[in-house]
Amino acid sequence: MADLHDMTVAQLAAGLQKKDFSAVEVATRFLARMGRDQHNAFLDINSEVTLAQAQASDAKIAAGTSGPLEGVPIAHKDIFVTKDFATTAGSKILKDYRSPFDATVVAKLREAGMVTLGKLNCDEFAMGSANENSAYGAVTNPWSFIADPKGQIKNYVPGGSSGGSAAAVAARLAPAATGTDTGGSIRQPAAFCGITGIKPTYGRASRYGMVAFASSLDQAGPMARSAEDCALLLSAMCGPDLDRDSTSLNLAQTEDEKKFGFSHLLRIDHGDKPLAKAGKDGRPLRIGVPQQWLTNQIGNPRGVMDGCESNVRERIWEAVTKLAYLGAEISSLISLPNAQLSIPAYYIVCAAEASSNLSRFDGVKFGHRAKEFSDLADMYQRTRSEGFGDEVKRRIIIGSYVLSHGYYDAYYLQAQKIRRMIAEDFQKAFESCDVIAGPVAPTTAWKLGDKADDPVANYLADIFTLPASLAGLPCMSIPVGLGDMGMPVGMQLIGNYLQEAQLLNVAHRFQQVTDFHSAKPEGV
Amino acid sequence: MSAAKLVHGYEVVIGFETHAQLSTQSKIFSRASIAFGAEPNTQACAVDLALPGTLPVMNKGAVERAIELGLALGSHIAERSVFARKNYFYPDLPKGYQISQFEIPVVQGGAVSFFLGDEKKNVRLVRAHLEEDAGKSLHEDFIGQSGIDLNRAGTPLLEIVTEPDMRSSEEAVAYAKELHKIVTWVGICDGNMQEGSFRCDANVSVRKPGAPLGTRREIKNLNSFKFMQQAIDYEVRWQIEQIEDGHSIQQATVLFNPDTGETRAMRTKEDAADYRYFPDPDLPPLVISREWVERVRSEMAELPRVMAERFVTQYGLPEYDATTLTQSKAMAAYFEETAKACGQSKLASNWIMGEVSRRLNASEMTFEQTPVSAAQLAALIGRITDNTISNNAARQVFDALWTSTSNDVTVAITGVGAVGAVSEVDAVIEAKGLRQMNDTSALEAIIDEVLAANPKNVEEFRAGNAKALNGLVGPIMKASKGKANPAQVNALLLKKLG
Amino acid sequence: MSLTSHDIDRLARLSRLQFEPPAAERLLGQLNGFFEIVEQMRAVDTSGVVPMAHPVDAMHGLTAAIGDTDALGMTLRLREDVVSEPNQREANQRSAPAVERGLFLVPKVIE
Repeated sequence: MADLHDMTVAQLAAGLQKKDFSAVEVATRFLARMGRDQHNAFLDINSEVTLAQAQASDAKIAAGTSGPLEGVPIAHKDIFVTKDFATTAGSKILKDYRSPFDATVVAKLREAGMVTLGKLNCDEFAMGSANENSAYGAVTNPWSFIADPKGQIKNYVPGGSSGGSAAAVAARLAPAATGTDTGGSIRQPAAFCGITGIKPTYGRASRYGMVAFASSLDQAGPMARSAEDCALLLSAMCGPDLDRDSTSLNLAQTEDEKKFGFSHLLRIDHGDKPLAKAGKDGRPLRIGVPQQWLTNQIGNPRGVMDGCESNVRERIWEAVTKLAYLGAEISSLISLPNAQLSIPAYYIVCAAEASSNLSRFDGVKFGHRAKEFSDLADMYQRTRSEGFGDEVKRRIIIGSYVLSHGYYDAYYLQAQKIRRMIAEDFQKAFESCDVIAGPVAPTTAWKLGDKADDPVANYLADIFTLPASLAGLPCMSIPVGLGDMGMPVGMQLIGNYLQEAQLLNVAHRFQQVTDFHSAKPEGV
Repeated sequence: MSAAKLVHGYEVVIGFETHAQLSTQSKIFSRASIAFGAEPNTQACAVDLALPGTLPVMNKGAVERAIELGLALGSHIAERSVFARKNYFYPDLPKGYQISQFEIPVVQGGAVSFFLGDEKKNVRLVRAHLEEDAGKSLHEDFIGQSGIDLNRAGTPLLEIVTEPDMRSSEEAVAYAKELHKIVTWVGICDGNMQEGSFRCDANVSVRKPGAPLGTRREIKNLNSFKFMQQAIDYEVRWQIEQIEDGHSIQQATVLFNPDTGETRAMRTKEDAADYRYFPDPDLPPLVISREWVERVRSEMAELPRVMAERFVTQYGLPEYDATTLTQSKAMAAYFEETAKACGQSKLASNWIMGEVSRRLNASEMTFEQTPVSAAQLAALIGRITDNTISNNAARQVFDALWTSTSNDVTVAITGVGAVGAVSEVDAVIEAKGLRQMNDTSALEAIIDEVLAANPKNVEEFRAGNAKALNGLVGPIMKASKGKANPAQVNALLLKKLG
Repeated sequence: MSLTSHDIDRLARLSRLQFEPPAAERLLGQLNGFFEIVEQMRAVDTSGVVPMAHPVDAMHGLTAAIGDTDALGMTLRLREDVVSEPNQREANQRSAPAVERGLFLVPKVIE
């Protein structure tokens, strides 16, 4: 039997049901490992709460009243508010904040029986792609230790903003974690840390209890070690929250979905060519590869940038070839002509929404308040200036600017129109394919501090994740091997609206014949 | 529209923005209560406090009330309207933005028409939009600090905006009263001005007739009709003085101080100018189906102006009467019941607009509380028209019914119905002996006595002095203790002296 | 068109933020770096394109499974007008910086 901390969610759930081990044993094991965390992944831990939940799970298992994931541990990105743990959103302005309620996603995972391990580090208000913007310190990438061939140990970034979630899963500090993805914050850290993560269609998971960054883009999703695990977790996380979130999708479920959630396609046996019948009406699944994404030079709003590093490009092509071997039809002809415009469009839309969403942090009702101030205006300014980090301030200023009088049409409204064009490009693309495959990021993880002082360089690195975010499409990242520096490479899979089950199916078939997803950083 | 009345040669131009608090149970975007007067922050839930992670969910009751107002004012109900964020910092604004409607409001156009004296006025609406109220800052009893109570935060409001159609403070007040009547009549707002359920802001400017609109100043939170007129009159005088002294008017927001009777400019909110409105990404567009609008229309009570028109056609009343009688649902109902019971609609109207209203006002009562039931008034009017009593006598009977606390009156009030009321009224007439004497023989006997007792007047009359007749009528009425029917007395006298 | 330090002052005031001169300088450079990459987007001809305020706008018609939509996309869901929030003042004010007699205290608000 594998070590408890090496087991997947599916294995743990099964073992707990068979009483091979108890929820308390499992929780104790992970709490012990979390105590030796070298990556600054956790921001709050409360072993009493965790063990109490585990005991309750053991009782339910004994009583035969357990939920589908009873006793399986999970840790939450600190963007989700929790009653029993502090919630900081990685910001000083929410230091020691205690929410009087649990986020809907957290509550649903508890209902499914999951035990909460603690809260995970992230970029402040989920703004960042390296997890270097946390007020509580950067997170390091568990693959760092084998990173440098010359044997020097260098710390690499885990990606962001869900860097703590990705690092915790990769370092086996938790079998699974929640993440949130606004412009790539699940996919990119999953790719950088060699794990599997999925962002569902916008509206699938309730945003109630997620500290808002950009309301029209934020989506919650699971990060784990396999597509099979992500399917189980996503099924437990999602569902209409009609009384709490006006943008939560009011969806009718098919019988299969009711029974098996997002796992329903994984169960069907198609033999050794599982993707040969996975497309529409039993035809082969058609995979589209956006050609511009795999050239060595990509048009971008600065002119051209280096496209995918060659090692990333090679891993993607190898993976796509593997999909063909599994019976998929590969069309490399699809085109997303406006994809590069997603960088300015995304950063204008998310900054505009953020500038407004973050106005509630004013030192009046909750959170940090400056110690000294002369009057009300001064209290606001000092509180917010002390409480927010540089990247957050930058985006608030950008957002105020693009919404302010005289600039609204030129920036905000224009960005909304570009957003529509990008969404329509995807619909055209999906006429000739079922799933789009490509890179998650142009490079593997970079060294801590490499881009810290160049915000725009960080923005440009999001080029492959932003288009699907703007369109609100489901998309995921799966490990497809290591790059030159021994750092993981992730492949992005993008499906049409509500096609999560199909994405997970493709990822699962791939993982059935590869073992990149179970590869483990040295020293873990 | 008649020529606007000028003040020192200036034309006054007034537009209104009214915040009507909607009579829902829960808040516009949360499930907390909007009940007035609760302990501070006990009705401010997580959503109202803008705690991290909270989101708005729209209250159907608020939308329904917006539709009702739109229908009452003949406005267009937008099939699709959009909620926007109005961004500014203020301690009583928990999210740092107010959810309101900007480019596309739910209610568009429409008008409020009313009488100013006997002149009909029509004030056009620009729009009415849904928005959330802010909390309250309490400045008392905290040295150098303010206390913030967010119970009111998130209370549903309709902001009703007019064109600058009003030309005098009287007209402005009449408009406000009419709008107040409509929102309370339809029941979308309790109209309680002390509690701030109906708050008016007046945009006031002056200009020489024919000149383009002058710069306006906005008088905020006029929470009584009395202050409204005072404030506008003061503001108009102030603006004219400024202009006459060669100063120009600066756009400003001013507050009226009831103690000094003056308006003063508020400290202008810094950067208030740039609210950075944008569509709220937490709220998809509000879509109102035509079916819904029709359902609301079919379930709405008859509107005052519709009812007034009906009173004109159905009861043959002058428009003025009809409008006056539809000041409140209770008054209108009281009239209809009376008119139906006595079949004398104009008489009923006269009595209700006259005697009944006078007595109610004097004792500060409403039509729900009147001691004289419609059935009783109808019976009384019946007795006037069948000559049983004179108008004078009727007033005495009415007074008796009003003040009486005797059982039979209460019986009548509790509405024993027409029959009970008639016997009730008759009982009072008999008790006070006010029945007109219609028995000729008895009257003739009195007349003969009087004639015998006043030979001088008889002669003068016969000599051609018509006035002398009065000298005879008086004593006859006196002798009959006022019960004689004056017309009948005259007829008999002339016959005897003829 | 690039931003000036005057814009930074105005936007900082509007956003209730303050920047010390060196920080303001650095910020100005970074913002202008960002708005450089925005220029290409501004040049795109978007006449006739309907702004997309919401992802669900693009979702309608693709599946019958989504409720609360009309021909133009997702529509606002309305809840019944019912009060169901109990008084939770204590829990809600647990993280408040300054509270007295149930009121949030702030430096005097001047009108």
